[in-house]
This record gives sequence, C-alpha cells and structure tokens, in this order.
Amino acid sequence: MQPNQHLRILTISSMLMLVLSIYMVFVYAPLEIVMGAVQRVFYYHVASGWIGALAFLITLICSILYLATRNLKWDHVALSSVEIGVVFTSMNIVSGSVWARPIWNTWWTWDPRLTTATIMWLLYAAYLMLRQSLENPQRRRTFAAVYGIVAFVSVPLTFAAIRIWRTIHPVIIGSSDPSAEGNFEMTPPMRNAFFFSLFTFTFLYVTLLWHRIRLEQLTVQVAAMQSRLLNKLST
Amino acid sequence: MPKPANSQRPQASFWRTVQAIMWKDLTSELRHKEIVSAMFIFSLLVVLIFNFSLELDRATRDNVAAGVLWVTFVFAATLGLNRTFAAEKDRDLLDGLLLAPIDRSALFVGKMLSTFIFIIIVESIVVPLFSLLYNMSLFTPLLLVVLVLGTLGYTVVGTLLAAIAIHTRSREIMLPILLFPVAVPVIIASVQASAGILEGNALGNISGPLNLVVVYDIILFAIAIMTFDYLIEE
Repeated sequence: MQPNQHLRILTISSMLMLVLSIYMVFVYAPLEIVMGAVQRVFYYHVASGWIGALAFLITLICSILYLATRNLKWDHVALSSVEIGVVFTSMNIVSGSVWARPIWNTWWTWDPRLTTATIMWLLYAAYLMLRQSLENPQRRRTFAAVYGIVAFVSVPLTFAAIRIWRTIHPVIIGSSDPSAEGNFEMTPPMRNAFFFSLFTFTFLYVTLLWHRIRLEQLTVQVAAMQSRLLNKLST
Repeated sequence: MPKPANSQRPQASFWRTVQAIMWKDLTSELRHKEIVSAMFIFSLLVVLIFNFSLELDRATRDNVAAGVLWVTFVFAATLGLNRTFAAEKDRDLLDGLLLAPIDRSALFVGKMLSTFIFIIIVESIVVPLFSLLYNMSLFTPLLLVVLVLGTLGYTVVGTLLAAIAIHTRSREIMLPILLFPVAVPVIIASVQASAGILEGNALGNISGPLNLVVVYDIILFAIAIMTFDYLIEE
C-alpha cells in the first residue's frame, strides 16, 4: 500500500490543531476565578469524553453493517474505533479524577456519570479481550459485532439505572442539577477554547481512525502474503 | 424413529421446538443433577462467606440483605450459564441441533428457559434458607416478582453471551468478563427494587427500578433473538 497523500495532510493538520488548542487552553482562555488553573482540565476532559462516546457509536453502526453485509471493511472500522474509544475514555476518566481531587475533595465518587463511564470502559475492554481469545477470524468478527451491539445498548440503561441517585457532576452545556458541585459560567474566550478543543479532538479521531484502519488492512495483506509464500515454499 | 429427509417436511412449530429443547435439558439435568447441585452448594458458600466478611449483625443485615442475595444469585447463575452450551460443545452436538429443521431463535429460547428454570430452582431453595439463617422474611409476593424478572433478564443476556464465550480460548473466564458489565443495569435495578421492598416500601416507591428491569428484559430479549442466528451459524 502506497503512503496516502490525503492522510499525510490530515495528520499534519491535526498536529497543528493540537498545538493551537494547547495554546488556546493554557494561554488564550482566561483563568477561572473560583477553581483556578485546574479548571483548564475541562477543555480536554469533555473533548475526550465526547470522542469516547462517538467512537463507540461508530462501532455500533459498523457492527450492524458488518452483520448485514459481511464486508470486512466494517469490521476494521469497528475494531479501530473501539481501540481509540477506550484510549479516549481512559483519558476522560483520569482527567476527571485529577479535576475532582481539588474540587470535590476526592479522587473518585460513585456518581452516575463516573460509574457509567467506568462500566463503558469495562465493556469495551471486554470487547478487545473477546477478540483476543477467538482464534477463528470469521467467528471473531461476527462475535465481536454482536458484542459491539449488546455493549452499546447497555450503556444508556446503566445510566438510567444509576440516575436514581443524585448527581454532583456539573453540566456546563444545558441545565445543571442544583446539587452539582464545580459549576461555572463560560466566558466567550473560554467558549472558543472549548469548542476548538472539541473540534480538534474530532479531527484527531478521524485521523487516528484512518491510520488504524490502514494498519488493519496492511495486517490482512501481510497475512495473505505470508500464506501465499508458505504455499509456494511447500510446493 | 427415522424420518425421511424431505424438504417438504414442515418446520416444527416454534413452541414445540422450545419444549423439546427444554425437555432434553431438564431430563439430562434430572439424571446428572450436575448444574443445580453445583449452583446450590456454591450459593450456600457465597452466603457463608458474606456472613463472615460483613459481620452480618441485625442492623447491617437489613441494609445489605438485598445486595447479598443478588450477588449470590449472580455468581451462582454464572456457574449455570457456563454450562448452558457446554454439553453440546464438548460432545459436538450443536451441529446435530443445527441440522434439525428448526427455528434458531427457538433453540435460543429453549436453552434460555431451561437455564432459567435451573436458576429459579436454586433460588427457591436459597431464599427460604436465607430467611431462616438471617431470621428475616423474604416472602413478599413483590420480592418474588422482582427475583423472577431480574433473573430472567440476567439469564437472557447470559445465554446469549454464553453462546459467544463457549467458543473462546478460556471460556469459563470469558463469560463473567463479558457478562457482568452488560448485566450491570439489571443487577443495580433489581437490587434497588429488592432493597426498597425489604424496607417496606409500597409498589409506587419502587416502580422506577422495577420498570427498568422490565425494560431491560424486553430490550435484551429482542437483541438476543435478532443476533443469536449469527452466533450459531459460525
């Protein structure tokens, strides 16, 4: 497979955007008056959470498409998206914990949002483990697709199950629970920095996904070449 | 009784197939008494361990009884679910079942119901024992409804994932890893509903978690029926 010109442009521009977004988060956005510097976690925290959810949604769609069409490319996208999603969900959880220590005075609390994010992380870690432990490639793809569907459906149910408890997680976009702790109003520069990091992360997701799909295709090609070589050697 | 392999032979009706598969599993279990006895002894052990690890005195007991009961059943049911397709897999009988001109979802429903019956049998022995050992009455009709509905949801998704786990390299280990995160909503909702009932709340106060259990049962059953064909065809 030849190096892809479009992918190279995409990679370079997402790198530039990341640098710019770091500047916006740390320099352009003003210091939040109550929480101080730790509030800056917010920009990447929300962005990585959004990418986690988006990635798993893409996996759901591609899993359904794979079962319907049996086209290998959907399986490649589903797997690639889970891997990226797990990484970004981990970033989301860890950055949230860093913020919660000074603001909530604890690293962790069994709040609905936190619990749902953790369960989501476990679900897709199980998805990756399932793929590891199935040897037959055809069966691996089908079973992973079924699990990709079941896993996504249980995420909103988990959220509903624990929503009966009150949440202390702040909601910056839209209306917040009155018991939430750590709320703040965004000023226009903050808003710009926030939306720019969301945009950057989405861009980064597309770039990473493309790279990962290409890697998967190359793996398939190498495997095919290997078996052809072995055939030639044995004859 | 050999029957002609005729393509015009009508497919067995859905419920007759379900019954036949259930009957096969129940007869086999009646002869071996393998799954139910293992689940029962395991449940007793879990209850025992909880007793020592939590120091279940009067006050704590009231607070944690619902949780202890559900954790016991979830662990015990996982043992049973691990065996759902084990006999077929070990003796290569699944191909035989698939050769039969039957609806694949009937196969799922039959398998699911037989496992469900095994778990319910174990629960109906453990619940009275639990009441006896801890001197608290669990025999409210509402609690039994929650037990049945929660167990149903857990068994539905458990049977689906057991069909996946049976083909993995380390199947006994994979099932809980796949199943627990997916089953979290039904476990949480069942525990909340049970705890509410044990505290003496009326139906109105526990309708939230109870509805969620029902919703979970329906959604996961629909997904299981839709996807089981793909699992079994491989």
